[in-house]
Amino acid sequence: MATLKKSSVLPGFNLTLGYTIGYLSLIVLIPLTAVFLKTASMSFDEFWQVVSADRVVASYKLSFGASFLAAGINAVFGLLLAWALVRYSFPGKKLVDALVDLPFALPTAVAGIALTALYARNGWLGQYLEPLGIKVAFTPLGVLVALVFIGLPFVVRTVQPILEDLDTELEEAAASLGAQRWQTFRHVTLPILLPALLTGFALAFARAVGEYGSVIFIAGNLPMVSEITPLMIITKLEQYDYVGATAIASVMLVFSFVLLLIINGLQAWTAKRTGRDR
Amino acid sequence: MAGAVALHVGGDHAARFEGKAATRETPLVKWTIIGLALTFFAIFLLLPLLAVFVEAFRKGWETYLTALTDPDALSAVRLTLLAALISVPLNLVFGVAAAWAIAKFEFRGKHFLITLIDLPFSVSPVIAGLVFVLIFGAQGWLGPWLFDNDIKIIFAVPGIVLATVFVTFPFVARELIPLMQAQGKEEEEAAVVLGANGWQTFWYVTLPNIKWGLLYGVILTNARAVGEFGAVSVVSGHIRGQTNTLPLHVEILYNEYMFSAAFAVASLLAMLALVTLVIKNWIEYQAARSYRTTYGTSQQESAS
Repeated sequence: MATLKKSSVLPGFNLTLGYTIGYLSLIVLIPLTAVFLKTASMSFDEFWQVVSADRVVASYKLSFGASFLAAGINAVFGLLLAWALVRYSFPGKKLVDALVDLPFALPTAVAGIALTALYARNGWLGQYLEPLGIKVAFTPLGVLVALVFIGLPFVVRTVQPILEDLDTELEEAAASLGAQRWQTFRHVTLPILLPALLTGFALAFARAVGEYGSVIFIAGNLPMVSEITPLMIITKLEQYDYVGATAIASVMLVFSFVLLLIINGLQAWTAKRTGRDR
Repeated sequence: MAGAVALHVGGDHAARFEGKAATRETPLVKWTIIGLALTFFAIFLLLPLLAVFVEAFRKGWETYLTALTDPDALSAVRLTLLAALISVPLNLVFGVAAAWAIAKFEFRGKHFLITLIDLPFSVSPVIAGLVFVLIFGAQGWLGPWLFDNDIKIIFAVPGIVLATVFVTFPFVARELIPLMQAQGKEEEEAAVVLGANGWQTFWYVTLPNIKWGLLYGVILTNARAVGEFGAVSVVSGHIRGQTNTLPLHVEILYNEYMFSAAFAVASLLAMLALVTLVIKNWIEYQAARSYRTTYGTSQQESAS
């Protein structure tokens, strides 16, 4: 270890790093390799047949499509919400600020049944939407609603601190040079916020793709229509098709790893752009 | 993935921006933005929360209390608490150890290690459950050996605990790493130079500095441990009174069309979520206060 680290007077390096790596391997790394080892026991043709089956492909389209849309909706409204919370005073602001984290704290199953109760045909919102021809519960639109809910805090909480740190000088300079408010926002403020906004988007997207609990209640889970990819894994497991479940899981895992690397890159970019440590 | 869950010491900035013409919007723009933001907030956050409590009490107090005192519900409460009681201390110790190694020392591969610690955040909960089925399940690596020795992990309590530990793995570490990195290591080095041993240094120097972040990590871990659904659902086997946690109990009641009972149990979890948010805000308030007493009013000065 001595060659790996710079010398320090502080004790406990070997102990804490050893424990960290040991615990990490035991709980996370070794279990995750099980997915790839199990997948490797299949021939490529078998693997391809499972992961490219029509029903599974339909679930990718729904999971990735709805997650992308939900993250986009959260990027727009999350920015508005963060902007309002940082820049304006209005009654109830503290309460709104505190409740933004609700999707982190509320169990997903609770969110799932609550959203279903709201958007079902006779629900609080469903009874007004149904006559307009808008069906939300038990359709892909319901999946989108659930994913917007669980992704809501990510954009707000990544953009908010950057907005708070923003000095007024830049905007004052822009104004004194004759810029309109919108021009200042478009050319001065937004470029500063962009890395954080993209990070929030990517975090919300990553969370949404893997989400299960809040979605399955409202989705209705119709094959080819409203089945998400994590549900396909569960379905295979319930049929004792462990190999099939693992094959789909490995596709999702590879995607998650790539997304994780992108997110880390984005966070480094945010830190560089704003001078903040992450 | 830390950005979104990191302890946030904010304070009110509105006056700073609203006080200057250059950073102020016209009232029309301002109220349009607030209106849009709050409408979105009300529809997607406030309404679902209200719905839980209204649906829970739809059939009156009696049905509500019956649902909560049902033996299956009580055993679900016990199992949920057990899973949280095991996973929180385990991940707390790990979080402190990881943050100490990463924040106080320079070594190669540090960023890679942080990325690996983040992994459970980006893995679908369903996959978190699946990995333990692949290892400990009947067809798994250790399945035959466990069967011969009459040890049950999958579809039993140990599996539920393992899945919970997995999904709550990064919270404390991710809270402490940036915090301890920002604090540097001068104070600890001074303590060691003055003759303190490692444990004394941690207990008297580091811990007081990180206590709010630590507590914050613990309540986040706890909230997730209590509410986890997907991962636990895969390994549970849904045996009533034995391997049912509270969120799984909600699902069972809901699927049996016992909506009021399902929402009654759900309201219990929702109250816990609200308590979590209250504690979180209290911690942020305390952290902001201790930040101000440590660094004076420099933050406000630089702001104005």
